[in-house]
Amino acid sequence: MKDSQQLARKYQLFINGKFEDASSSETYRIIDGEGATLCKVAKASSVDLNKSIQSCNKAKQAWEQSSPVNKAKLFYNLSEILESRFVVFVEELVSEGVSTEEAAREVRLAIDLVIYYSGWADKYQTIFSNINPVSSPHTSISKPEPVGSVGIIAPEESSLLGVLSAILPVVIGGNTCTVLASKMMPMSAITLAEALISAEIPQGVINILTGERSELLPVMISDKGLDSILLCSSILEEKQFARQVGADQVKRIILRDDAALSQSPYHILDFQETKTIWHPHQS
Amino acid sequence: MKEFSAFTESTHFDPSISSSSVVDLKAQYQLYISGKWVEPLARQYRDIVNPATGEILTSVAASSVADVDRAVHAARVAYKGVWSDYQPLQRAKLLYKLAQLLEEHTEEFAVLESLNTGETITSCRTSDIPRAVREIFYNAGWADKLEYAFAGRSVRPLGVCGLVLPWDSPLLMAARKMAPALACGNTVVIKSAETTPLTLLRLAELAEEAGFPAGVINIVTGDEKVGEALVASKDVDKVSFTGSTAVGKRIQAVIAGTHKRFTLELGGKSAQIVFDDAAIDQAVEGVVKGMFFNQGQVCCAGSRLLLQEGVSEVFMEKLKERVSQLSVGNPLDSNVDIGVIHTEKQLEKIQLFIQQAEKEHCEIWSAEGDLSKPNQWMKPVIISEVSQSSMIIQEEIFGPVLTVQTFRTIDEAVSLANGTKFGLAAGIWTEKGSKSLAVANKLKAGVIWSNCYSAFDSSAPFGGYKQSGIGRKGGVQGLYPFVEITF
Repeated sequence: MKDSQQLARKYQLFINGKFEDASSSETYRIIDGEGATLCKVAKASSVDLNKSIQSCNKAKQAWEQSSPVNKAKLFYNLSEILESRFVVFVEELVSEGVSTEEAAREVRLAIDLVIYYSGWADKYQTIFSNINPVSSPHTSISKPEPVGSVGIIAPEESSLLGVLSAILPVVIGGNTCTVLASKMMPMSAITLAEALISAEIPQGVINILTGERSELLPVMISDKGLDSILLCSSILEEKQFARQVGADQVKRIILRDDAALSQSPYHILDFQETKTIWHPHQS
Repeated sequence: MKEFSAFTESTHFDPSISSSSVVDLKAQYQLYISGKWVEPLARQYRDIVNPATGEILTSVAASSVADVDRAVHAARVAYKGVWSDYQPLQRAKLLYKLAQLLEEHTEEFAVLESLNTGETITSCRTSDIPRAVREIFYNAGWADKLEYAFAGRSVRPLGVCGLVLPWDSPLLMAARKMAPALACGNTVVIKSAETTPLTLLRLAELAEEAGFPAGVINIVTGDEKVGEALVASKDVDKVSFTGSTAVGKRIQAVIAGTHKRFTLELGGKSAQIVFDDAAIDQAVEGVVKGMFFNQGQVCCAGSRLLLQEGVSEVFMEKLKERVSQLSVGNPLDSNVDIGVIHTEKQLEKIQLFIQQAEKEHCEIWSAEGDLSKPNQWMKPVIISEVSQSSMIIQEEIFGPVLTVQTFRTIDEAVSLANGTKFGLAAGIWTEKGSKSLAVANKLKAGVIWSNCYSAFDSSAPFGGYKQSGIGRKGGVQGLYPFVEITF
């Protein structure tokens, strides 16, 4: 027992492309089935949250304006890196109590999901754009544009697949995000962060925090630095709180039940605004 | 130059007053529920006045919460029992018929809208009513084509939609909400603004004539509380609200704990950016039209003028000259450019902003000449020497008040334009295409008019970023709020 405690790995916060301890240096422990410490995890406070939100706001403009094909390539690279670390992800899931078979299936699905969404980066605009057939002598087009920075509260019950299902449609659509990972299953989210570095996803595009959900969730949802919130939750009080804050700030609140982790370009559309541009024809 | 004052009764032209004989108003209007005109349960009525004269036009039912419940119930019964059995093409045909009937009554509706709102007859006749017709006609055709509107997905209607209208352009707003809602297979309860229910009530008569089944379209009239009751009603599946940001937030808060979906069209403080290389005369025309149309009582009014330094002097000169030519007067006079401010309360609110500008030592300009109108008329005002943080820049005034700021670089213009909580629209004036596109990409606004302003079409999505609202009207995007996408 003692040995495993000494060897227990510490999982840090991932802010602005770097791993760091919580500003308070606090951690919490994940305990395995036998009561042994599986790992220590950084416990973020509102200070870390702030830093993270600042980071995603700083990265916002450059990420939005980077070319669609660049986004596609970066995330395709990510899928290859995940593939190369297949075993690590499976082991982590197993240590969190998932069967080996189930873990392998989840990692496979997760990698496929990254490939799926990477392909949308330079295509969803085609699906959701229009040339508007206006009756006056103008050219009028409408196109989707990212809403900006998104606070993601990842599903509590699913680690790798859950967090990726939440993040991918947001960032593929040109948004940046601050993610609160599952409290009890945070390991794959942080290991994912290592893969993000290897894949050279620009710093600040995806920030990942771990900590006490009940503490961070209200602060994150209320933060005026975030343009939109994706709350993956089946808890009624959490959803009501998010909608109340959304009302107060006219903030885009997207609610998704834990279970609803389908893949779809419409999930990308959830974090887009439509911009219509008009130009007259010379008379 | 014109030698006469722009603000006396006779302006450039002799008055040309439209006859209100095309309008046949009843002495009293009831609620429209389940295809019948019914008395409000509390038997309360409210006078509806012509804001230009103070004359009482008619009286209209003041609904209670119980009336709202009746209307919502009727919409539910019609949704389940009747409307859901209609084939999509049948829905389309009814909407086409309604569009046609409305078009035939354009003059009547234009006069009625002008009488009730104070908007000029010219803009009612050439903009509001034809656009309302077009909204209904456009959306009619979607009813039987919804499977092509949502790539790879099918959709189903939401059920009962509660549509809450603003007092400005009420018929157009009703058409914009109602037509896509009905085309997508929903039934509706429409709540008109307290002061401007008349064209909507008349539209219900046309809908009946067109053959809409009872309960598919229901109308409740009354004050804000009626709107809140509709929004809060348990049996309403979807809320579409247009109005002030403050009320919009309250509405969102009411429905926060429910499953209800909503779209919001709230305020705006849209920028008009004029670069040194703009076609100046066109830009002046666009700025004037974008700002003073309907006395600036328009959500997408281009109320913040941003001038590049090199052009500011000559632009201001031309702008003031042009604004001086605008005639303020009887809304029913087709030679009048500027009608009345809709209510005294609104006029007071506008005056408060101007007083604030005085306190902040801004430069305040308005056209010369006496305004010989006693109450709700107001001359256009231009405020310059105002700082970005001022409430004159940050808050929506909803009146004929234009602010002017100057800038040097593109980045500065973009940051001024984006520097409010709103993000509804923006105008860009430059003859250089690459500059225009670059700026358009950087502006956080839902509608960008490049070398034009206030161009609208039912096929073109309209709606705001940030606190200007959530969701779009128009185009295929305008259907999203009224369907559930099934996976």
